[in-house]
Amino acid sequence: MPPDDLTDEADRVLRICTACMYCDGLCAVFPAIAGKHDFTPNDLDYLANLCHNCRGCWYACQYAPPHPFAVNLPNALAELRQRSYADYAWPRWLGAGFAANAGVVTAIVGGVTTLTLLATALLVPAEVLFAAHRGAGAFYQVVPWPIMAGAAAAALLWAVISIGVSAISYWRSIAPRASLGATLRALVPALRDIVTLRNLGGGGPGCNDASEKFSQQRRWCHHIMVAGFLASVASTLIAALYHHALAIEAPYPLTSLPVLSGGIGGVAMLIGIGGLLRLERRADRAPSAAAEVRLNLVFLVLLALVAASGLAVLALRDTPAMGLTLSLHLGLVIGSFVVLPVSKAVHGVYRSMALLRAAIDRAVPRPRRGGEE
Amino acid sequence: MTGASPMPTIDVLVVGGGSAALCAAIAARRHGATVRLVEQAPVHLRGGNSRHARNFRLLHDEAHWYVPDSYGEDAFLRDLHRVTAGATDEVLARLLIRGSADIAPWLQANGVALQDPRSGVMPHSKRTAFFLGGGKAMINALYATAASIGVEIGYDSEVVALQLDDAHCGEVVIARGGIAGPIVAKAVVLACGGHQADRAWLRESFGDIADGLVIRGTPYVTGRVLRMLLDAGAKPVGDPAQAHIVAVDARGPEVDGGIVTRITAIPYGIVVDRNAKRFHDEGEDARKTHYARWGARIAQCPGQIAYLIMDAAGRARALPTALPPIEADSVAALAAKLELDPQALSATVAGFNDAVRESGTEALVPPKSHGAAALTTPPFAAYPMRPGLTFTHFGVAVDPQMRVLTTDGHLENIFAGGMIMAANVLGRGYLAGLGVTLSAVFGRLAGEEAARHAAR
Ligand SMILES: Cc1cc2nc3c(=O)[nH]c(=O)nc-3n(C[C@H](O)[C@H](O)[C@H](O)COP(=O)(O)OP(=O)(O)OC[C@H]3O[C@@H](n4cnc5c(N)ncnc54)[C@H](O)[C@@H]3O)c2cc1C
Ligand code: HEM
Ligand code: SF4
Ligand code: SF4
Repeated sequence: MPPDDLTDEADRVLRICTACMYCDGLCAVFPAIAGKHDFTPNDLDYLANLCHNCRGCWYACQYAPPHPFAVNLPNALAELRQRSYADYAWPRWLGAGFAANAGVVTAIVGGVTTLTLLATALLVPAEVLFAAHRGAGAFYQVVPWPIMAGAAAAALLWAVISIGVSAISYWRSIAPRASLGATLRALVPALRDIVTLRNLGGGGPGCNDASEKFSQQRRWCHHIMVAGFLASVASTLIAALYHHALAIEAPYPLTSLPVLSGGIGGVAMLIGIGGLLRLERRADRAPSAAAEVRLNLVFLVLLALVAASGLAVLALRDTPAMGLTLSLHLGLVIGSFVVLPVSKAVHGVYRSMALLRAAIDRAVPRPRRGGEE
Repeated sequence: MTGASPMPTIDVLVVGGGSAALCAAIAARRHGATVRLVEQAPVHLRGGNSRHARNFRLLHDEAHWYVPDSYGEDAFLRDLHRVTAGATDEVLARLLIRGSADIAPWLQANGVALQDPRSGVMPHSKRTAFFLGGGKAMINALYATAASIGVEIGYDSEVVALQLDDAHCGEVVIARGGIAGPIVAKAVVLACGGHQADRAWLRESFGDIADGLVIRGTPYVTGRVLRMLLDAGAKPVGDPAQAHIVAVDARGPEVDGGIVTRITAIPYGIVVDRNAKRFHDEGEDARKTHYARWGARIAQCPGQIAYLIMDAAGRARALPTALPPIEADSVAALAAKLELDPQALSATVAGFNDAVRESGTEALVPPKSHGAAALTTPPFAAYPMRPGLTFTHFGVAVDPQMRVLTTDGHLENIFAGGMIMAANVLGRGYLAGLGVTLSAVFGRLAGEEAARHAAR
């Protein structure tokens, strides 16, 4: 990538930061730039995704505007991060989907969902569709299992391949020169940083979610949302296990594992998402990138729709509305899988890899510097 | 009470907006006083030079999570005697050192986050503790705490007059957005820093050199209040022509460049003046604090400018700088970029290279006594350097209650804390981390004494 306004600005700001280093206790970005004289495009891709946008260094910066240095590291890195999403997208043309994300996601998810609803309405006889289904196999009377599973699997496969190829090329760009042993030894510390979101903690007191005040709200909301998400995924997997291995057919009783974990998961997701949306609304926009905020909002709304429609299936499963609700939920899930490679979802992959690189580098003693006076 | 007063009356007025002022305001408020703090800077540039600080020096007999080992009272005092060469008030120095022992817990109790020395990449130090996120983060935390306990805070508020009758301060006039209004306070804490950003005053002390000085810190420390105090008979301490001056990047801002424009790589190259001539032994002092000796030397150069010249090997050893060095493939080309005489610089470098022997120089005047290495590997790199003024060793004399002294006594209800009275203990020299310690300890003390005075 040739240098341009975004890389020039990141380079300018990062140089000031390496000379300053006052923020070195806030997150992994500062130890990663310590002692560096120059930043290659690959360095910038690494740092952009290592930053968790906790905004700590924005409020702590002695050179924030109106100072003539006008340092805004979170913004510079967020702009680059957004562009890295497009740059590493595979197939290449997919990158354009990040620019008008709301439109692309709405069109695709909307299209898939409409198609699913239409197909259900047209193909399933009304007396089956609007009957109050009870008992084993009721779900599959509306949408046959092979179609349901097949469509979802195909969409998921696409997402996994697309994001997987992107991830490989991203890792190739940022991978440090390290032995396999060193990489493996870094896995556990990296995983700890990924799971705990340590870098959303501002080095201890918390991050500046909405203002100068420290809080851990963003981190906790994310944890709750991800936990809910994982519980929902688990619910689907357990259901598949019941269906195939144990030959127990859905719908399952309220107290069964799939229903419990799906129900709790869906509610947790909505709680986490609600909290994150509230923080997005209150946050100071200066240290973020407009494109990133849009990407966040689109994905939050999408996740909320999926979670809410899943809960609706649970709530309405004994009523004549079950058929259409189920079809709506399926449509949203499949649509989400399709847009996953052009959504916020990629952040988890790139950030995890950046954290792995940071953990590998951490094993090598860092240069200490004279930052005091 | 005789009718409604047209002016607001409060217990303690704190003038300033850096660490000294905030510690004074919080301490006074916690002693039960009603407190107003007036800061001349706008909110986004609040915090004086404290905004640019990183660490503070503290007495501790045992390791804490935020500082390893120990640093005892005698060791602290010895260090202070060494750098000041005795220009310190023994009683106040002991007060400072003992006060530094509980400043870390006190700051933390007031919301300031310290950094775990095992995290990050900061230098190992048993004498100082580091603020997590630096001085601005410390300032933010103290402002938040001050506001939350009821300190009234005014930004863009400059004290423009102190009305003194005998030794008593009546009205204090504060200008805000072009409108001046008086405040009456039972006690006043002056914590508004030194006078290092007042070029006219610097010119009085330094002559023409003053125009070539870069002011490293905030432009809002103008010394206006210090001048008023002196005019009203306060007793000065120190010498306004003694200052902490360091080598800074000449391309940085004229004022407020802070820590990042410091040039710390002098031992890795040679330094020439604008005639492309060397003028001092670059290897004389390879300690971390060498840059603080070069400021005064550069100030004596014609045009107050000098150039650090390195080759690629020297640059690789240097710490990264905010602005990349000026680079060229030959010494002559570098000289052209620096607007120096190419022949003169080439001759200086060649003469230096010829004189280099194992780690020193032979028959070279001035010599480079340590770490001399020929400048041969392109690209060659240079930093233009100017003298950067951190603070002057000048202020008002105080007693151990932080009352401002006059030639024959003390002002009744005016207290001073921080850089404005630092010269009492720091008549000369500097110790890393002493600026903030001084402001926090004496600021806090001044606030407490002011609150006590107001309660009388
Ligand atoms: C670049 C740099 C780095 C430094 N690094 C360190 C370090 O790492 N550790 C350390 O201990 N020290 C350091 N120091 C020194 C340290 O910053 C100061 O010694 C200390 O912060 C002084 O605190 P103070 O509150 O007395 O003054 P300041 O922080 O300078 O505050 C003075 C305040 O008074 C206000 N003011 C001035 N005049 C008026 C007026 N008329 N009316 C109203 N308000 C007024 C100003 O706006 C300002 O807010 C550094 C200094 C600089 C310049
Ligand atoms: C794999 C590990 C993951 C890491 C390291 C990670 C990290 C982060 C971080 C640091 C942020 C805040 C900064 C930003 O807005 O970009 C964030 C935001 C977000 N994450 Fe994750 N995440 C991970 C997984 C997930 C998963 C599994 C989901 C979906 C369930 C998810 C959904 C979101 C959403 C929607 C936001 C935006 C929230 C907002 O608006 O602030 N993340 N993530
Ligand atoms: S204070 Fe500003 S310049 Fe310094 S490290 Fe933090 S963000 Fe960078
Ligand atoms: S915003 Fe937070 S995570 Fe990003 S560089 Fe700044 S301190 Fe680090």
